[in-house]
Amino acid sequence: MDFERFVFYVFAIILIYAAGRVITVRNPVHAALHLVLAFFTCAGLWLLLEAEFLAITLVLVYVGAVMVLFLFVVMMLDINTSPLREGFIRYLPVGLVVASLMLLEMFLVVGARNFGAQSVAIPERHGADYSNTRELGNVLYTDYVYPFEIAAVILLVAIVAAIALTMRKRPETRYQDPSRQVSVQPEDRIRIVKMPAEREQS
Amino acid sequence: MMWAELWDLIETPVWITAKIIAIIVPLMLAVAYLTFAERKIIGYMQVRIGPNRVGPRGWLQPIADTVKLLMKEVIVPTNANTFLFVIAPMLAIAPALAAWAVIPFTDKLVLADINAGLLYVLAVTSLGVYGVIIAGWATNSKYAMLGALRSAAQIVAYEIAMGFALVGVLMAGGSLNLREIVLAQQGSILHWFWLPLLPLFLVYFISGVAETNRAPFDVAEGESEIVAGFHVEYSGMAFAIFFLAEYANMILIATLTALMFAGGWLSPLEGIPVLGAIPVLGSPGIFWLLAKISFFLFFFLWFRATFPRYRYDQIMRLGWKVFIPITIVWLVVEGLAIMAGIGPWFD
Repeated sequence: MDFERFVFYVFAIILIYAAGRVITVRNPVHAALHLVLAFFTCAGLWLLLEAEFLAITLVLVYVGAVMVLFLFVVMMLDINTSPLREGFIRYLPVGLVVASLMLLEMFLVVGARNFGAQSVAIPERHGADYSNTRELGNVLYTDYVYPFEIAAVILLVAIVAAIALTMRKRPETRYQDPSRQVSVQPEDRIRIVKMPAEREQS
Repeated sequence: MMWAELWDLIETPVWITAKIIAIIVPLMLAVAYLTFAERKIIGYMQVRIGPNRVGPRGWLQPIADTVKLLMKEVIVPTNANTFLFVIAPMLAIAPALAAWAVIPFTDKLVLADINAGLLYVLAVTSLGVYGVIIAGWATNSKYAMLGALRSAAQIVAYEIAMGFALVGVLMAGGSLNLREIVLAQQGSILHWFWLPLLPLFLVYFISGVAETNRAPFDVAEGESEIVAGFHVEYSGMAFAIFFLAEYANMILIATLTALMFAGGWLSPLEGIPVLGAIPVLGSPGIFWLLAKISFFLFFFLWFRATFPRYRYDQIMRLGWKVFIPITIVWLVVEGLAIMAGIGPWFD
């Protein structure tokens, strides 16, 4: 077993363990932390596939930003875990149907028929001067420039929509105006009053 | 015979380990003496002497502090989550050290000369926040929790501005490789990226101060409001490791600023008619990088001695409403400059 395969199996085992713990562990904070571990090991696997740009971006975006905000929210929840388990038997049939449907879909889309060793050629090894970032950039801005731009615009619309939906003007809230705060002069706030001393100092 | 085969097998790991030690040991010494420098410099700024009792002129003070912290007991609060409580300092220090893997010290002296070096640094430094968040949550204390929440929001806000500033650097350098970014600045002190990217340089450095939770952005600790924030219940070495991470991150930010905006190991005398011909000073070398790192580190200490702490909403306003628009505008300006081929940087 060469070293690369050894690394692959180590990462794969950790990934499967972490992904399993995400849905089995009781505490939501622990579940989120296991998801972080899953993302991180997944990035390790992508590095083995010579996709260093995607791997590092996964860590940067999902681990470094998205999961931080996720933890931020989850940490503030006060979840009592026992009522969550009450309807387990009642919802089990629906859950099983949904789960099996999803499994079927995944099997049809990413099954061995499409991604097996027979249908996809073994990718060639690239040299040390191969830059995944450059390759991705070349493809994104030439062949896929329109899908890329459209995806960017859709995301922008989503950002604007999210802000528009949550932003409410509240007349009773007082806002600060930093430019006015900065331009305040001492004379605007205090008045120095000269007064004669009231009695002789003895 | 057998030994020769064994040596072939372990030669690379042994060499890499030796190189890692050669980076980590000076770094740890630098961290120890940065704490000393901080106390001395801030002392002089406040017309005090600073530590001067242990060893000649106080030189052994950091060693004494380390020994004291090593001797202390690590107390785990009763209702804390023990595993996460113990692992949190490690999660804080690991990214602070791992980022040094791709830092080039000179043209040749680099542990891992990888293509996506800049991206790697950005990704690894963004992991440092987990140490703070997990410490705050696992401690099971209100103060620690508040510190963790403050830190999480602050770091996410400033990371965006920082990332945009780095986008400007990679546009100007034409590469994600830190060594090539430095080499792209060759010429003279005016060729360094601080001049064409001046707004990004300032945004990056100030975001770096915010990212390392240093004054005036140290609301995660905020000892006047939430005692000591996320590490309020930590003691002994677990406490010390948070500070090791903070100071290692300071040195890292200073190093990255030196590499990306101040020409790294290139000499500032280069390109000047007479001074550029001085034998050692006129040529590039690791001492120039170290001098620039020290220069930027001094700013960290200077800020701490000078500025009062920001209020929390002001920090958020500065990050989201000031820095991010500045970086976006300047990226557009830079893009136009590159298209127009404005020299001497973009031709």
